[in-house]
Amino acid sequence: MSIPTPTSGRGAARRRALIGRTVFAAPGLIYITIFMTIPILLVLVYSFFQRGRFGGIVWEFTLENYVRAFEPVYLQVFSNSLVIAGTTTVLALLIGYPTAYAIAKLPTRWRTVALVLVVLPFWTNFLIRTYAWIILLNSEGPINSSLVDAGIISAPIGFLYTPGAVIVGLVYAYLPLVILPVYASIERLDRQLIEAAGNLGASRARAFFDVTLPLTLPGVMIGAIFVFVPSLGNFVIPELLGGGKTVMVGNLIRDQFLEARDWPFGAVLALFVITLLVVLFALQAAISRRINGTGKRVSSRA
Amino acid sequence: MRRSNTQRSVRRTGAILASVACAALVLSACGGSDSTASDLNPEADLTQQSLTVSNWAGYYPEDMAAKFEAAVGAPMTITNHATNEEIMAKLTAGGDSGIDVAFVSGQFAQALNEAGLIETLNPEFIPNLSNLYPEAQELTYDPGNKFSVPYAWGTTGICYRSDLMEEPTSWNAILEPSPENKGKVTALATERWLMLPAQKALGFSANTKDEGEMEQVKQKLIAAKPNLLAYDDTTFYSRLVSGEANAVVAWDGWCNYGTAENPDIKFVVPSEGSDLFADTMVILKTSKNKEAAHAYINYILDPANHAWVAENILYKVPNKAAMDAVGAGLAATYPNMGMTPAELLKGESLVDLGEAGPLYTKIATEVTSS
Repeated sequence: MSIPTPTSGRGAARRRALIGRTVFAAPGLIYITIFMTIPILLVLVYSFFQRGRFGGIVWEFTLENYVRAFEPVYLQVFSNSLVIAGTTTVLALLIGYPTAYAIAKLPTRWRTVALVLVVLPFWTNFLIRTYAWIILLNSEGPINSSLVDAGIISAPIGFLYTPGAVIVGLVYAYLPLVILPVYASIERLDRQLIEAAGNLGASRARAFFDVTLPLTLPGVMIGAIFVFVPSLGNFVIPELLGGGKTVMVGNLIRDQFLEARDWPFGAVLALFVITLLVVLFALQAAISRRINGTGKRVSSRA
Repeated sequence: MRRSNTQRSVRRTGAILASVACAALVLSACGGSDSTASDLNPEADLTQQSLTVSNWAGYYPEDMAAKFEAAVGAPMTITNHATNEEIMAKLTAGGDSGIDVAFVSGQFAQALNEAGLIETLNPEFIPNLSNLYPEAQELTYDPGNKFSVPYAWGTTGICYRSDLMEEPTSWNAILEPSPENKGKVTALATERWLMLPAQKALGFSANTKDEGEMEQVKQKLIAAKPNLLAYDDTTFYSRLVSGEANAVVAWDGWCNYGTAENPDIKFVVPSEGSDLFADTMVILKTSKNKEAAHAYINYILDPANHAWVAENILYKVPNKAAMDAVGAGLAATYPNMGMTPAELLKGESLVDLGEAGPLYTKIATEVTSS
């Protein structure tokens, strides 16, 4: 056993710093180990065994759960969910980016007010906010009845209980998660770069697309993932606003555990979603690194 | 025989240790101890026991816990579940759920019994069992009420706005609605009742395990989906009240909630026939308050109490004395409250599907995600 003795004051300081970091990180690490790593390992283990008739697990090894996940009905649910979560993400970006941009251009004291307003809906219960859409969109609701009264339409439109209604609900619920990171990246932007683009003859549009947008892309990607991930897993909004007619992968997983009592199959579906998310995060990290790298090169050349 | 306090506390400690061991072995199934009728202590001090009961939200009078405590002395907590599936998930998760008495539909009581999770009842502690209709003592999922006691029973049918449409006579009023009712009908979402209208419209049993028949059921339900407003288990009657829907698949009692708000809302059992469901009370093997649990079931079966339940939840109760007391009065406003046991028994009793369970689940997914 060899305990390295401090050979210099610098080494000792580094070691102390390391110990300090470990101590500070310990609560978080322990928490994550207990409440994330272990459950995910359990999910992994369950996925290889058989369903008990009354729930739980029968300890007989099988790969059948994985085979089942590729049956057309489940692939259909996956592709539906990807389309809905993808559409939600694009719409949230199209609405959220300009909003974040506008907030960043406000005078400082108004910025805080605007940001509080963005976050404000989060202080209301999620279910109540979602339920409000049912009241707004239903065929006897205020939107339909005012359109009918105004003579714009002759009969109420069935907005509710459609995939469209689900997307509206998801965009509404997760919009702040786009606005905040995009705002942060716009706010951090070095204004001199845009001025430089202008001085070099770029139009305002060109400066936006060649300078502002690429440099705020990391914020955009974080926002996109913040919207995409919970949209994919959400099962409350599809149930309430989709009227049970739009099944997303979140509903499917929930149903395996709570209704079908088929834990192993639910575990496989959950693993698929987890894998997809890990891939997304890895992609996002890789792209951000590249952008930051280019950013550095630009500034070092300047 | 009266046990000494020490013996009782030894038993209790043993039970606590056993349940701790169960909790430690979350992954293994901890079965109960004995399969014969429970060994109850007639002298047990009920005020020293406390009951946790899980019932459907809104399926009991609001002051149930307070009144029971006043009458029997055991404090009671009522927790809610929304569906059979939800409470089954809790009860089968392993270990002690902390629930003493659970309310589940008959076919789920049957499954819980086969899984060894519920207590064989001791009829000596439930003298009021004799108040049940004879028909309610011989229901297919549990003849002789060995492990479950029916709390309410009824049938599934169509609840509709009589001022907006003709009385429907067939399940096809929902599955193949007339042009003016397209998009103005809803169906139930939980598996067994999602299948029921198509099963009956096609002339099959509601308990069929035949894959060919279930394939036809699936096709019929997929064809019906585009004309549905939504799948809805909980708010269908308010959709009739608001005018969002004209006709909905509904349990008879819940249709009455609509009738209470609008007398034009009526209930009908389609000509192809329907089911007979019974919602039952069962005692969990893990319960440490079994005397109080039996006392609770006996309390419900008291004619005055069961009548009070029927008046509150507007579902029929299988208690002859209770229905004789309130049935006629309620039936004046809510005609389906006047259905006799003989009429109810025309419906097919739902039983547990056993190994065919996953088939139903898969078809439900295929239908709702189509």
